Amino acid sequence: MRVVIAEDLFLLRDGLTRMLQAHGLEIVAAVDNGADLLAAVTADKPDVAIVDVRLPPTFTDEGIRAALAARREVPGLPVLVLSQYVEQLYARELLASGSGGIGYLLKDRVFDSAQFVDAVRRVAAGGTAMDPEVIARLLARNTGDGAIAALSPREREVLSLMAEGRSNAAIAQRLVITERAVAKHTASIFLKLDLQPSDDDNRRVLAVLAYLEG
Amino acid sequence: MSAGFTPGGPEDWWARQAQKAPEPQLPWPSVPWPPPPASSARQSPTPRLPVPEPSAWQSQVPASSSAPQFPAQQPPVPPSQPPAQQSPAQRSPAPSAPSAPSAPSAPQSSVPASSARQPPAPWPTAQQSPASWPAAQQPPAQQSRQFPVPSSSSVPQSSVPQSSIPWSELWSWLGGRLAVAGRGLALFGLALFGLVLLGALAATLALLPFLTVNLIGTDKRGDAAAAGFLAIVAWLTVGPLLLLWMRSLARLTRKLADRWCGVPIAEPYLPRPWADGGKHGPRQWLGWLLRDQATWRDLAWVAVDGLLGWLLALLPAALLFLGILGVFAPSFASGSIRFLAIVGAAAGLWACPWLLRGYGHFAHSMLAPTKEAELALRVRQLAQTRTEAIDTSAAEIRRIERDLHDGAQARLVAMGMTLDAAGQIIDTNPDAARALLFEARDASVKALAELRDLVRGIHPPVLADRGLTDAIRALALDSPMRIHVVSDLHGRASAPVESAAYFAVSELLANVSKHAEARQTWIDIRHTDDMLRIGVTDNGHGGADPSRGSGLRGIERRLASFDGVLAVSSPPGGPTAVTMEIPCELSLPKTSSSLGTA
Repeated sequence: MRVVIAEDLFLLRDGLTRMLQAHGLEIVAAVDNGADLLAAVTADKPDVAIVDVRLPPTFTDEGIRAALAARREVPGLPVLVLSQYVEQLYARELLASGSGGIGYLLKDRVFDSAQFVDAVRRVAAGGTAMDPEVIARLLARNTGDGAIAALSPREREVLSLMAEGRSNAAIAQRLVITERAVAKHTASIFLKLDLQPSDDDNRRVLAVLAYLEG
Repeated sequence: MSAGFTPGGPEDWWARQAQKAPEPQLPWPSVPWPPPPASSARQSPTPRLPVPEPSAWQSQVPASSSAPQFPAQQPPVPPSQPPAQQSPAQRSPAPSAPSAPSAPSAPQSSVPASSARQPPAPWPTAQQSPASWPAAQQPPAQQSRQFPVPSSSSVPQSSVPQSSIPWSELWSWLGGRLAVAGRGLALFGLALFGLVLLGALAATLALLPFLTVNLIGTDKRGDAAAAGFLAIVAWLTVGPLLLLWMRSLARLTRKLADRWCGVPIAEPYLPRPWADGGKHGPRQWLGWLLRDQATWRDLAWVAVDGLLGWLLALLPAALLFLGILGVFAPSFASGSIRFLAIVGAAAGLWACPWLLRGYGHFAHSMLAPTKEAELALRVRQLAQTRTEAIDTSAAEIRRIERDLHDGAQARLVAMGMTLDAAGQIIDTNPDAARALLFEARDASVKALAELRDLVRGIHPPVLADRGLTDAIRALALDSPMRIHVVSDLHGRASAPVESAAYFAVSELLANVSKHAEARQTWIDIRHTDDMLRIGVTDNGHGGADPSRGSGLRGIERRLASFDGVLAVSSPPGGPTAVTMEIPCELSLPKTSSSLGTA
């Protein structure tokens, strides 16, 4: 798997490169700003780009903008955004297109390399990987009067794990239920959120987006 | 939220509000003309409306009114209205109140104070087109059918205002003018009372030489000492008391000038020095009263007003009186003088609002704070807000230091020790060492989380990244309530202003979720006339009191450092509307993200 990394801090960039290489991923470019990232993704066509939110020159939300710009340049390019903090606002902006291949994780998640690499692979395969903190803050919210309110508590549980990017098998393992039960729940979620049966992956992203909005 | 709103959702509500916007602009509701009995025609609505008491403005909002009220000094509120849960019937004022315009509790009190301050509109002349009449003064057609005016019964309805004598308007105009003349009379009485006080003061001052001379004349030393003592006691007690009376008289004049003459006058007095914890005794009190320039300016005002100023206030009533004499006392004078008196009365009647306004300006010239006093007040206020700002930031720095010391720093120490222990046993017991290493990793995760929370409390990253609007949207997303954010900021305010506004909104939202039991909250951010205005309105149960809540006080203090103000309207039963205003300029125009409400 071919990866491009955009991270301005040398130590982190170097650490990420080593760690991903240790797990058998190929680093085709490691850059330190948004412009170079754009050049790298158009030239190298990687399978996934890992982008830090704060990049020079402004050190604000350059990474988010660079990620969105890269996805405009290379449609469908899977992007995993890393940040010292997570905001639902940014999560929504990243997911707004409704297509998959988006990850948004705290930098802390790098500490657990196995899980992190798993998230990278999931995003590269077109799935989503939302940070558990985003999900936790969603759960702290009262469910308003949106479509999400119609979901049963169990379905909401399934949806939050789905938002983290877990597969049906992983969700079944986590909730100690059968995979068929999970499939039943997800079908019910799609029905209640009025998501037509099309590409399953896409539907999962749309469900997560509805969850973020609700 | 931009996608999934049902037709009844808040976006629609905003749209409806925008359509309705002109409706509350009417100075008085266009209710059907009350069919008055013939005897109550004099009570038909006068253009004058009660001015909301600035001190009572908090309770001015009727439960069914959608426009939060603010004191007259406050600029108008941005349309951060509560949800349109009231039915249209509740919103429109009750039509069964013919005498409503004079009742302060009536829905008419939602008139902007500024329009209520204007003097009554002059009597519309025949040349004026009917369209230029105030809407509510136009009698609907059926009224003239029900109460036909003898001279106009055959005139087509379209030309009623030009050719008939609309008695009800005439009466209301006359009533208004008579009330103005009466106010002038009251101001005249006030001036006379001031003159009496002045006389009493002069008598007190005269007591000293008089008593001394009189008693020294008896050539007894003891008596002379007693006289001196008496005089000094009189000086020190009665004099200041009279001066204080004079002050309340001037205060009353200021209030009446604002209410009756439409000339607001600020208070020029020094604050009490013991108000912020200084020594409080008779000496301080005397010093405070006597050293204040405004005390002596009040005295000058009472003298000038008592000797000359009252002429202006009395003029309308006096002219009217002469006119009445001219009409009803045939022996009063010869024909031409009688004619002159009647003309004078008419002129006085016509001009009395301007005469009263002139009196107000005259009072303003003597009672308003001098430039010097204004600057002194400003310096005092700046010094106070600066001290508070320094105190606040010092407390903030102490809190950060403590949080770092007890949180991230402690965890890093623990991590170092754990790693050291792991290093020592890694050869002898690799499994235990691995467990220790995982422990150290978890500690680093916790330290990072604490640092994140700390940073959020100092300066939220999203505020630095995106500015106020998106930071408040992010705040709204994290809140358990449903919060709708509308913003028309095109640019960024300075970082300190953004930070103050952000934390004020954050505190307000915390208040709402803690106390108001609100289901929804609306945040409205706009920038007009170099003023950042943020309205936070919830549909909770209201009853928030800025004088009790330390949270609101804290926000007020924080905003005061930027000359910002906070206005709260929270009648029991809700809704609560809080408006903040911070003077500031925007820079770096940027295209705001087009996401809708949060």
